[in-house]
Amino acid sequence: MSGADPDGDPETETAEVPGDEEPDDSEEPSAVIRPEWRSDLLLVAKVVLATYVGFFVVGVLSGAGVNATVGTIQSITFFGAIFALGALALNLHWGYTGMFNIGIAGFMAIGAYTLSIAVASPDGSPAGFGLPIPVGIVLGTIAAGLAGLVLVIPTLRVRADYFAIVTLGFSEIVRLSVQSRSLREIGDTAYGTGGGQGIRATPVDSVVGWLFDQPIVGDVGGVLIVLGETVGIASSVLERGIYTLVLILFVVAFYVLLTRIAHSPFGRVLKAIREDELAAKSLGKRTDRAKIAAFALGCALMGLVGTLWMGSRTHISPDNFMPLITFYVFVALIVGGAGSNTGSVIGGFAFAAFIFEGPRFVRTMVRANLGTDFPRTAHGAFAELGAGDPSALIGYVLYQQADEVRYIVLGVVLIVLMIKRPDGLLGHRKEIAAGVDLSRRGPVADGGRPAVGSDDRAGTESETDDPAATNGGDRDE
Amino acid sequence: MSDLERGPDAGAGRSEGDADDRADRAVEDAVLEVEALEKRFGGIVAVDGASFAVERGSITGLIGPNGAGKSTTFNCIAGVHRPNGGRVVFDGEEITGEEPHQVANRGLVRTFQIARELPEMTVLENMMLAPKGQRGESLWRSVLPYFREEVLDQERELRERAWETLEFFEIDHLAEEYAKNLSGGQRKLLELARALQTDPEMLMLDEPMAGVNPTLEKKLLEHVHQLREQGYSFLIVEHDMDVIMNNCERVIVMHQGAVLDEGAPAEIKSNEQVIEAYLGGEV
Ligand SMILES: Nc1ncnc2c1ncn2[C@@H]1O[C@H](COP(=O)(O)OP(=O)(O)O)[C@@H](O)[C@H]1O
Ligand SMILES: [Mg+2]
Repeated sequence: MSGADPDGDPETETAEVPGDEEPDDSEEPSAVIRPEWRSDLLLVAKVVLATYVGFFVVGVLSGAGVNATVGTIQSITFFGAIFALGALALNLHWGYTGMFNIGIAGFMAIGAYTLSIAVASPDGSPAGFGLPIPVGIVLGTIAAGLAGLVLVIPTLRVRADYFAIVTLGFSEIVRLSVQSRSLREIGDTAYGTGGGQGIRATPVDSVVGWLFDQPIVGDVGGVLIVLGETVGIASSVLERGIYTLVLILFVVAFYVLLTRIAHSPFGRVLKAIREDELAAKSLGKRTDRAKIAAFALGCALMGLVGTLWMGSRTHISPDNFMPLITFYVFVALIVGGAGSNTGSVIGGFAFAAFIFEGPRFVRTMVRANLGTDFPRTAHGAFAELGAGDPSALIGYVLYQQADEVRYIVLGVVLIVLMIKRPDGLLGHRKEIAAGVDLSRRGPVADGGRPAVGSDDRAGTESETDDPAATNGGDRDE
Repeated sequence: MSDLERGPDAGAGRSEGDADDRADRAVEDAVLEVEALEKRFGGIVAVDGASFAVERGSITGLIGPNGAGKSTTFNCIAGVHRPNGGRVVFDGEEITGEEPHQVANRGLVRTFQIARELPEMTVLENMMLAPKGQRGESLWRSVLPYFREEVLDQERELRERAWETLEFFEIDHLAEEYAKNLSGGQRKLLELARALQTDPEMLMLDEPMAGVNPTLEKKLLEHVHQLREQGYSFLIVEHDMDVIMNNCERVIVMHQGAVLDEGAPAEIKSNEQVIEAYLGGEV
């Protein structure tokens, strides 16, 4: 901890969000409290655009080709949206309420399986109910929420670490249950989970086909497809891109919902539970009720993410819901910063681009430049390296082992993050849990702000190893 | 609730204090009555048949050596611990075994021996949390468009109150600071200020002066007296005999889980048993 203040402006430090935005000198001194829609949106847009440009330039220069590059960008956006949704839901549990839920995959599975069983054709094997997809999505969401309710009520008093184990166990129970032979077809009915083989149903992204049949949207889509083909982008990439747009709408909806919660008395109670549940109780807060509501809502959202993600495949099976999925969502939230909804979105996107899809993109580039003729084993790679051909080792690692490289990247990112920025990209931000600006008497001239002259006091009497205070100046732009 | 403070002194045993000679000193209008309260932790008898009453509108002191069971008594009254025996009556209604939030919502609010501020929340957020009857504490009201307007109106009212209380305690300059950045004494003030936001009828303060520097201590005591004049009742655990003698109308002395004596400070001072308990134990 250095004594020097990187901001060089101690006067405003407590009052301002240590942020990248210019001092807010608009009509209302609302910088501290208002969810900074404008600057946050700008921040997200900046990160996304920079990533797009980076991938595009690298992709085209490396000779991967426009189609493959745009395909990667579309994948990044798709998974970015998925992990943003997951991280937003998890942020409600972990970032806000401090509930350590490591059973995300299980709730996604409940959502996706409910959807599939509801939507699958009545004469399929296993049979479904043939319901419309939107109904299936709603049912999947509700089912996951109810599962969360059932899980949280008996575990309210359980310590945080045991609660984590319970949720992990729960998600594995869900996965193993749908996998089990006895649920493949339940009783004498034709309905069931399909066991290890999974269940086949109309995918959720068939909404794209439906959109193309609509008057105006369909025409616009048709034009886009034609335009895409002229620059060498396959129509399938663009069609998937349209489903990704639908996902982005869900990200916006999640964000609005969760930000409203964050800036409300309910969100304040959740935060207080995270900080010190007994203190909140001793002030008369019904923490049990708040925890139940927050947990069930978060689980419902996770179920919804499951329907939107896994439901976009024609076929789901238990293997789609390994605990690794949960881990991915956690990494996304950690990267972005637990406690911040904007951070969740940025974290989801950054995770998808650089950790989840990055190694695959490198693989694409390796293939474009070095071909696919690489040794299949480490032994072979080193043998050729010994013979003076380094490209064999490169190809072995980056092409044959691309998925494993992902874990290495993931580990390195986590370590660097823990050292350099333990609160994530945005986690150290002061996001105040209140519905209105709490600064003195609302709209009052800046002179009324209590910050001025307070810092000498606060500075001498407190430990200033708060990262918010010391790192404020070196934020990402 | 293993995370609660516990006294270093594990001394426990049968109490020799008896209640008969205190009957004549019974309070007239009790806001809080504790009868034969008992709390055991395994083999330790932390509270052993303690009985006392707190006069409405008074500042009552609760003293006793470390490990006498004062904090445990608080925890039993406030619902943190379920007592193994005895009764707690607040405002004429039995509250024995109620949950902490139920007790608090009845208007009996406590602070902790080790301040429990909400560290990663600002002082203002701490203050905004406390008030009772916040409509926006329901999930649906906090998100649905029409109801949210009501919630925001209430938030504006609560903000005013929060600032007024912070000014009263002269910590308004720290309003936007994280609670964890406050000094020990400031945290104690914040905890008291926050407790007041709940509109309590009675406050139970567990060693509010511990870790507070003399200037702040004087200020805190002034606040307590001012609040008493406004009609609040206080039960205060304190080690410093001078503070107790100079500020309380009545004093309850606990020793080894039982009430040794209660009465006016002057009477207490002359009780030999009390002197002995204090000299015997740590003060
Ligand atoms: N949660 C607990 N578990 C076990 N023993 C406890 C617990 N809380 C308090 N005690 C014991 O009860 C006795 C009374 O402690 P306490 O009420 O903290 O005393 P005081 O506040 O008067 O110093 C001590 O012996 C202490 O060790
Ligand atoms: Mg104590």
